[in-house]
Amino acid sequence: MKRLLAALLLYALAAQAQPDTRRSGFADMSPATQAMQRDDGLNPAWLWVKDGEALWTTTAGRRDKSCANCHGQVSSLRGVAARYPAWDAALGRALNLNQRIQQCRTRHQQAEAWPAEQAQLLGLEAYVAMQSRGMPIAPSKAPELQPLREQGLALFTQRIGQLNLSCAQCHDGLAGGRLAGSVIPQGHPTAYPLYRLEWQGLGSLQRRLRNCMTGVRAQAPAYDSQELLALELYLKQRAAGMAWEAPGVRP
Amino acid sequence: MTPRRRWMLHTTGLGLSLWLRPASATPEAMAAALRELTGGVRPQTGKVKLDLSELVENGNAVPVKVTVDSPMTAGDHVRRIALFTERNPRPEVAVFQLGPAAGRARVDTRIRLATSQQVLALAQLGDGTWWQHRVDVIVTLAACIES
Amino acid sequence: MARTVITLPERARRGDIVEVRCLIAHTMETGYRNDDQGQRLPADLIRRFTCHYRGELVCGADLFAAISANPLLVLFVHATESGPLDFVWEGDNGFVQRESRTLTVT
Repeated sequence: MKRLLAALLLYALAAQAQPDTRRSGFADMSPATQAMQRDDGLNPAWLWVKDGEALWTTTAGRRDKSCANCHGQVSSLRGVAARYPAWDAALGRALNLNQRIQQCRTRHQQAEAWPAEQAQLLGLEAYVAMQSRGMPIAPSKAPELQPLREQGLALFTQRIGQLNLSCAQCHDGLAGGRLAGSVIPQGHPTAYPLYRLEWQGLGSLQRRLRNCMTGVRAQAPAYDSQELLALELYLKQRAAGMAWEAPGVRP
Repeated sequence: MTPRRRWMLHTTGLGLSLWLRPASATPEAMAAALRELTGGVRPQTGKVKLDLSELVENGNAVPVKVTVDSPMTAGDHVRRIALFTERNPRPEVAVFQLGPAAGRARVDTRIRLATSQQVLALAQLGDGTWWQHRVDVIVTLAACIES
Repeated sequence: MARTVITLPERARRGDIVEVRCLIAHTMETGYRNDDQGQRLPADLIRRFTCHYRGELVCGADLFAAISANPLLVLFVHATESGPLDFVWEGDNGFVQRESRTLTVT
């Protein structure tokens, strides 16, 4: 089974040598929603970006340090979001951008971790993610990430829920078709964190993945679970080379 | 109902229905809200343009733009612009007052539409007259909901 | 203090019509939604917005539940001289937010 998965992964990567048929969800949106993302003055996600900007220079925790104290200008983090999730050698595990920020907060600032989807955490994530805007998604090549990435592929192709559907069935097989009036996107995480009109707020990729799983009537894994991180790792690889759009808007 | 009354209804029915139902049907609440704003004056169609997508992919945030044909001089200036919906729980969306420092007879915002329905923009010109533009919108619902 | 994003050009010439975009973070809870226990969530709305330029009204707005969350308002100012643009949002539960920007007119 492991060899089959490795082969599938290699095939997926090799397939990128052919003409690129990948589309961001941006291309599937109505012109009105596209305009909302394109224009920073109209994009509601910028309310969170500005939050992040303020937090960047705000001291926190027992160490009374701000992000700026260690990182300097936020522009020094250009390219980070396009590369994440990354392998943390000290911790011996993979981290997505959200979890990296939490690590900085607990380890270096010695402040309490934020709960999942907390507004300030999303604000910082949006602010940092925005620094990579326009860059191609360039997943980390650390070999330690490979087993988790393969787990992600397995999860992507596994049927789940009462509707007994896998991600691949809709987002590989039926992408471009319609589900109840909405175009089925290919499901590339090019714009996270993003303002989802359905949420009336900003949310992370994990929130969206959990939505999908609830949508097929499956029990969604908890936030920060290994399954969600594995999926994120696989999805980022699947979208390698596509332009990073964060912070995005989606219906 | 007396036979005479029934006969009257039948024969005048066609005429009555044309009067009660103009080109687009108006539920009572929106009509009442309209009357309250204009003081009973029926708006004419024209001069105001309501711009929004006729096919909406999510009803939570629908961009709308209302522009009014007006020179916007001190003497001839749009006083008010209003937005109404036909089938939201409440018909009023917003009422804008344009002051002397307004440069253009235009407002943009984003509105919520609970379902497919008619949206109405109203404008009051400097001479006190009321003008309207109505657009029928189809609203699709999200396929993947949270809970 | 709600987060706001106000977008306007850095400078304008006298007589220009300047586009000003005002975005504010607010849930605009309609009063028609129920929570997970089926209890009605009370309305929490921004009810009134004004924008003044050098003390004169540009635009006032009475807002209702049908205005989207994180409300956006785009208005147009007739630029005459450099001066303040003052924005006020008021709403339920004592919500008040004031912002000020300078419109630089050359």
